[in-house]
Amino acid sequence: MEIKLTLNGERIVQDIEPDLLLIDFVRKNGCYSVKRGCDTSNCGLCTVLLNDKPVLSCSVLAMRANGAKVVTLEGMQEEAKPLATFIASQGAEQCGFCNPGFMMNTLALLKENPHPSDDEIKEFLAGNLCRCSGYEGQLRGIKNYLNYLEEKGNE
Amino acid sequence: MLSIRNYVRPQTIEEAYEYAKKPLSVVLGGMLWLKMQNRNVNFAIDLSDLHLDQIEEIDDEIHIGAMVTLRELETNEQLNYFTQGAIKESVRHIVGVQFRNLATMGGSIYGRFGFSDVLTLFMALDCEVELYPTGRVSIKEFANMKFTKDILTKVIIKKVPTNVVYLSQRNISTDFPVLTCAVSNINQHYTCIIGARPLHAVAINGDSYFETGITEKNIQNFTKCVLSELKLGSNSRASKEYRQKIAKVLIKRAFLQLKEDVYGN
Amino acid sequence: MAYKHIEKPVMKKDAMNLLLGKPVYVDDITSQDCLVVKVLRSPHAHALIEEIDVSKAQKIPGIEAVYTYKDVPQKRFTMAGQTSPEPSPYDRLILDQRVRFVGDAVAIVAGINEKVVDRALKIIKVKYQVLTPVLDFTKAKDNNILVHPEENWKALCPVGADNHRNLVATDSSSQGDLEKVFASCDQVIERTYHTRANQQAMMETFRTYCEIDPYGRLHVISSTQIVFHCRRILANALDIPQSKIRVEKPRIGGGFGAKQTVVAEVYPAFVTWMTKKPSKMIYSRKESQIASTPRHEMQVTVKLGAMNDGTIRAMDVYTLSNSGAFGEHGPTTVGLSGHKSIPLYTNNLEAFKFSYDVVYTNCQAAGAYRGYGATQGLFAVESIVSEMAGILGIDPVVIREKNMVRQGQTMGAYYNEVAKACALDKCMDHAKKLFDWENKSKVRVLENGKIRSSGVAMAMQGSGISGVDVGSATLKLEDDGYYTLHIGAADMGTGCDTILAQMAAECLDCDVDQIVVFGADTDISPYDSGSYASSTTYVTGKAVEQACEKLKNNLCDLALQTFHCEKEDVEFTSQGVKNLKTNELLTLKELALKAMCGNNIETQVTVTHSSPFSPPPYMVGMVEIELDKETGQVDILDYVAVVDCGTVINTNLARVQTEGGLVQGIGMALYEDVQYTKRGAIPENSFMQYKIPTRLDMGKIRVEFESSYEPTGPFGAKSIGEIVINTPSPAIANAIYRATGKYLKDLPMTPEKILMAIDE
Repeated sequence: MEIKLTLNGERIVQDIEPDLLLIDFVRKNGCYSVKRGCDTSNCGLCTVLLNDKPVLSCSVLAMRANGAKVVTLEGMQEEAKPLATFIASQGAEQCGFCNPGFMMNTLALLKENPHPSDDEIKEFLAGNLCRCSGYEGQLRGIKNYLNYLEEKGNE
Repeated sequence: MLSIRNYVRPQTIEEAYEYAKKPLSVVLGGMLWLKMQNRNVNFAIDLSDLHLDQIEEIDDEIHIGAMVTLRELETNEQLNYFTQGAIKESVRHIVGVQFRNLATMGGSIYGRFGFSDVLTLFMALDCEVELYPTGRVSIKEFANMKFTKDILTKVIIKKVPTNVVYLSQRNISTDFPVLTCAVSNINQHYTCIIGARPLHAVAINGDSYFETGITEKNIQNFTKCVLSELKLGSNSRASKEYRQKIAKVLIKRAFLQLKEDVYGN
Repeated sequence: MAYKHIEKPVMKKDAMNLLLGKPVYVDDITSQDCLVVKVLRSPHAHALIEEIDVSKAQKIPGIEAVYTYKDVPQKRFTMAGQTSPEPSPYDRLILDQRVRFVGDAVAIVAGINEKVVDRALKIIKVKYQVLTPVLDFTKAKDNNILVHPEENWKALCPVGADNHRNLVATDSSSQGDLEKVFASCDQVIERTYHTRANQQAMMETFRTYCEIDPYGRLHVISSTQIVFHCRRILANALDIPQSKIRVEKPRIGGGFGAKQTVVAEVYPAFVTWMTKKPSKMIYSRKESQIASTPRHEMQVTVKLGAMNDGTIRAMDVYTLSNSGAFGEHGPTTVGLSGHKSIPLYTNNLEAFKFSYDVVYTNCQAAGAYRGYGATQGLFAVESIVSEMAGILGIDPVVIREKNMVRQGQTMGAYYNEVAKACALDKCMDHAKKLFDWENKSKVRVLENGKIRSSGVAMAMQGSGISGVDVGSATLKLEDDGYYTLHIGAADMGTGCDTILAQMAAECLDCDVDQIVVFGADTDISPYDSGSYASSTTYVTGKAVEQACEKLKNNLCDLALQTFHCEKEDVEFTSQGVKNLKTNELLTLKELALKAMCGNNIETQVTVTHSSPFSPPPYMVGMVEIELDKETGQVDILDYVAVVDCGTVINTNLARVQTEGGLVQGIGMALYEDVQYTKRGAIPENSFMQYKIPTRLDMGKIRVEFESSYEPTGPFGAKSIGEIVINTPSPAIANAIYRATGKYLKDLPMTPEKILMAIDE
């Protein structure tokens, strides 16, 4: 059936199967940053923005996004770079497989709450699993990024 | 693997119901549970166009549409004021924000899942569910109803003086609960809901135990009654014996907290 | 000595690309338009396939091939990625008529897409003769039911394996007169501990793509830690020459040892070799949970003898290890449960014994997981030492200070290796201060009834497998005056590409950016055993250091042709080679160009290194918990770790390795359960059921280092990858004991087990 949506700012009209999941749709359209890490909606690796809200693309029918705006990390490269630099400065990217989902959800958090406390960061990102980093380095990176934004704002 | 032959987005509830009546049809909630099933679906019915994604105050009621997400419940100020934060407490442990941005009010209630935090809490709020075409049914009745072709459209909370406390025990932060417990005082009527037994939540009326108010003694007597009536079981997360111990602790803690709360409405 | 690039927080070379989600993993860089390969899995823990009918499945349009045990080579092999001859028994076929665990492979299906393959899987008809399984590993040895009765089973190494006794390995070693020393001890206690078959749960599941290359060879692109072993294993499995196979690894989405075993590779390799068409297998999370290569479940019994003053004089460790349905890593993991636990107490130890049995069962086969047996052994030994301290009324830190191994001591239980670099005592001092052990070790009851308490544990590991592991580095001066470094080790997110480049940059006195790293591809990379056993920094790192020296020497020789002077008059510098007498300089670029014109001196060198030693890193972990006595719930508040990994090459990456390992260890200690139903199925078959820690579950973690200098390591480095998972289980058990008076000996320490122990 026909789907029309905006993927990373680009209008797409395609003929798809009714049971195609959004994760498979965006990967078919070249958005390889979106990863599948589990079969049970638990890992957060497949996080994309659907009408500006972070969702698990493995659990959404592509057809449900008909008429909607979908953004993956491919569509947020410039916005993601400064944050990425701070995570990389901690070595907290490690294997990298969870990174895109983590980046997307962190960017979503900062849009919703530009000055989160440590606990608010942890709560918002609780659905983003990482097996390598032990999470501390990610938290340090986010906090350093927030400090940097604050200092930049004060200049 | 979930296999879907037709995806439909009805424009009216009547149209949705016509589809729902057909064999192998399913109404989509957040799809989180459905997606994991090995199931052939002929019509997947998406209610997204039926404006069921609203939380509205209508007269002396709060209407929560079936497509309202758990994240919206969590962040809705009015609902959390009304429930002294119990709604947030009941959903904040559920996997993660991205998950709760998908999971819906309707899906969470309709499934009557044993593990459901949401069902436990809303049973304590003594609300009603609106089914199409059947009409309004009390949620406690609904919890025990057979699965029908009805479509759940709304959950309706009465705006009466309500105190409610929600507690759960989990082995790890974002896991399914080992046991859920919600207690409420609605117009001086006391109710205790125990869920994740691991069977679905049940309600126990506490009125006769708390006539003299919430005291340690009354809680003890009530807990004794609950434990004697309540069927608890074992699963991979916990044994029946552990659930019995936890039920006792959660009931006590919930009532002690309820005693401290004042009406938020 | 101050370094330029060592002991620095150098950013990983691939960090930004990973964080920005660039396509770098198997499924991103290989064709999306290839055969999809899936495996039909056994619903029975033990059965023989009586009949299997695939005719209907084969007829489905889009199905390319369906294979059963009748179609595969009949030579047995092991999937364990180990140096040949492998200590793990040759007990596998790609598909076997006997299925040995719930999830064992029954048939391979390849088709044009997932939908048709799923349909085909559903209509394969199998008639099983269901057999009684051996599920209890304590009853497996000499059981009447044999997991591997077949005649063509074989063990290549003398590890005590005997398939007619369900034995994968057995051994015993000792020193001193154990019974006599026990008899003269003031206190002798014996306890038995149980650890589970934890999953590595790396975020990228097992996955492999295969195609036929222009020469008709099998080209395998796989998420693996062991490209060279993988090549040999596939050659064994397919019964074809190794020369027909090329194995390459792209970026890996985590390994932790899981990808030291060939798990997914054989299936698409077989499909592509048979059909000559490209194919891909992506393991589902469920498959990764039920049909992969988790930690060996172990039952460890320790007998400990001590004096009233806390002197530990004798230790007897017996380990029973559950290898599951196949023997991968069975004979080797078990050794670490004693050899990496007992030596921690070398100081006053007069006698020890370490013995073990490794058994086959009809459980999921085990494999290599970070810690590799040491984790299990240390849970037992560290727990019993703490319990002994409790019995003697001695602080658990004090009993360790009294007995811990010191630099210069010969560790009898560690193959008589000398602790040449050991700062364990400094780690303990440092941890005590950082953690504030003096105050936090006191048990405190809060107003709400919850209890705060603390626990401590020590750990050691190795650095590579002594006398076995081989690392190589090929270093080349390139056209523009930069270097390429080829390695066969596998960066699985740990950052070894960057760490090895730091070492090269230090030796060559250039920027890290001037070193381009490539690894790993069996056709291109120099031989390396692979990234496991905490070997890469220590073993391959030394090869890199030596390769740099060799290349510098060659570049000086090359310069002599221009300078026409004596060798001692030239010197390698960051800019190039300098004539010390004339101050003339041949820049790197000039040298590179010179090397490409009328030149007979190699500007590409390969050095191979192996070490007769495996120097242990050491560490101390301290944890503060808050325990709810009414529910049994434990919250981690604070975890302090101080590590001696020799010289820290990359301060960021060593820290993050430690933090990551600690959180995995916390998962193992408290949450990650693996149970078996009566039928032998694992309920924890997804991330919904197998709960790894989220960022809400680990409290605050603080990591610092106490360096020693290991003379045989590159720049004094030892290892860090594995040791970091070892302290949480015993430290948390210790804290729970101090809060409740009860010792939990069965992992994970769930709220239920804790509450039941309190209420006992």
